[in-house]
Amino acid sequence: MSAQPTTPIRSDRAAEKAALRKALSSTPRPPRASAVSAALTFGWRGMLKVKHVPEQLLDVTITPVMFVLMFTYLFGGAIEGSTGDYLDYILPGVLVMSVLFTTVYSGIALNTDLTKGVVDRFRSLPIWRPAPLVGALLGDSVRYIVAGTVIIALGLALGFRPDGGVVGVVAALALVVVFAFALSWVFTTLGLLLRSPNAVMNAGFMGIFPLTFLSNVFVKPETLPSALEAFVDVNPISILATASRGLMAGDAPAGDILVVLAVAAGLTAVFAPLTTRLYRTRG
Amino acid sequence: MISLNSHSTLAIEASGLAKAFGETKAVDGVDLAVRSGSVYGVLGPNGAGKTTTIRMLATLLRPDAGSARVLGHDIVEEADAVRGVVSLTGQLASVDEDLTGRENLILIGRLLGLKWADAKTRAAELLEAFGLADAAGRLVKNYSGGMRRRLDLAASIVVTPQLMFLDEPTTGLDPRSRNQVWDIIRALTAEGTTILLCTQYLDEADQLAEGIAVIDHGKVIAEGTPAQLKASVGSGALRVRLLDPEDRPEAEGVLARALAAEVHLEPDPSALSVSCADADRAAEAIGELSRAGIAVANFSVGQPTLDEVFLALTGHPAEEETIEEATANIEEEQAA
Repeated sequence: MSAQPTTPIRSDRAAEKAALRKALSSTPRPPRASAVSAALTFGWRGMLKVKHVPEQLLDVTITPVMFVLMFTYLFGGAIEGSTGDYLDYILPGVLVMSVLFTTVYSGIALNTDLTKGVVDRFRSLPIWRPAPLVGALLGDSVRYIVAGTVIIALGLALGFRPDGGVVGVVAALALVVVFAFALSWVFTTLGLLLRSPNAVMNAGFMGIFPLTFLSNVFVKPETLPSALEAFVDVNPISILATASRGLMAGDAPAGDILVVLAVAAGLTAVFAPLTTRLYRTRG
Repeated sequence: MISLNSHSTLAIEASGLAKAFGETKAVDGVDLAVRSGSVYGVLGPNGAGKTTTIRMLATLLRPDAGSARVLGHDIVEEADAVRGVVSLTGQLASVDEDLTGRENLILIGRLLGLKWADAKTRAAELLEAFGLADAAGRLVKNYSGGMRRRLDLAASIVVTPQLMFLDEPTTGLDPRSRNQVWDIIRALTAEGTTILLCTQYLDEADQLAEGIAVIDHGKVIAEGTPAQLKASVGSGALRVRLLDPEDRPEAEGVLARALAAEVHLEPDPSALSVSCADADRAAEAIGELSRAGIAVANFSVGQPTLDEVFLALTGHPAEEETIEEATANIEEEQAA
């Protein structure tokens, strides 16, 4: 450009202006995007972020791999007497734990988003109000599925042969993802209430860590002191782990599945509207 | 009937808008009337309440008191209808840094209801028009400030809005980027879009706006056309900086005589300014100074700055008002 004489530069400017006028000449307003379409578009936004920074997927893949290997080979012998038997017990448990840990990141991501100007644009668009949130969580659900798939693939490589077959395993994964989606709303609420991404991470893990360990994910509740056993038995995470084990083993525990779905519905009913409200009013 | 007519030609009508954050009254009773199809400037320093006003009108904040209609829709009762006809370019560029320029525009197009194919075509068209075609596939976090601003404006017109809020669109831009943004704003107005422009620069409001409201401490303190506003300040000023501050009292006398106007002593102990529109007369006055043996370091003749507008309107400078000054102002007002 700099080597060219002045005339072409001037006509460049004129061409630029002509292009500008053409671009401005009224684009008719299409009918509004439906709620589903808006939410899916936000889901697409989440996917694009993963595409541009694929390292994000490391924490949802490497951590579960570490958990499976560590628990199977480190504790398997001590807890169950053999690593193979413990794998049947621990694999659905690690699936539950890894996916639920990942839900904290939904809150961290939302908190980070809020510091950016783009949220103002989203809030000023004529779209279904919860769409940015529902869409982000749909995008996160893809991460949950990735994490779950990695765990199951690793389990199969280590000799895990569930009696429930493909259907049972997929159903277990689906149940865990549905519960994770519901639990994410708790962390998005937290993400809107707390000031920094770090605060969300600390508070999130402070909650999810003990809840996961005080469940039947790692050990059978019968081995625990009775007060603790009582808590572990009613912990929804235990019920989710039991339901997942059942589905993978081929005998679907209808009662447990219903409890899990009811808790998921309850969490969503309380925290989704709360998150939506905070998203609109904060800042 | 008359009131109906005036309704239909006003794009924004606000009365008594107020918003407080804790103890701070960010906006304290703002009235605005913006004609459809015009550019209206809201001029004020940082913290005057410009952004809060825009955020209320764009339905991002709920006013504590007062009411406003945007293109006939109430901003509280009919917020969703307002969102359907306006677009917002915020002070922080309202684009997603973690996506590419093209993805940003497709995202907005999809959210506004365009089909995938249409959203892609529209994104390509806008990237071309805003000189971003080469950077279309790059992440926005690697864009320059000017490119970001242009993308931001492009995102605001994916679907042509009837009204656009622009919050300090050129703050921090180099002159070339600023001119590009001004060209875009002019082209938008030519297409009939109404624009509410918040700015810190009198020059910018003067270039673009048909009407201006000057806002300070959450209140509109003056309103009018740029010409009226400048006339109220004195249409321009001669600013002189002396080599030796000791000469200032003498220089003050010389300038006052030469230009028959009151001379203002600047905070800089060697600087003075005096209202003067005419470059020839300013040159004569400088000649008088040198004849009087006063050495001039530099001088300039120009439009009044925001600071001068503020000084003329409020008696205090636009920025960094100290508590002492504020107290003095209040005491003056009470005495008057």
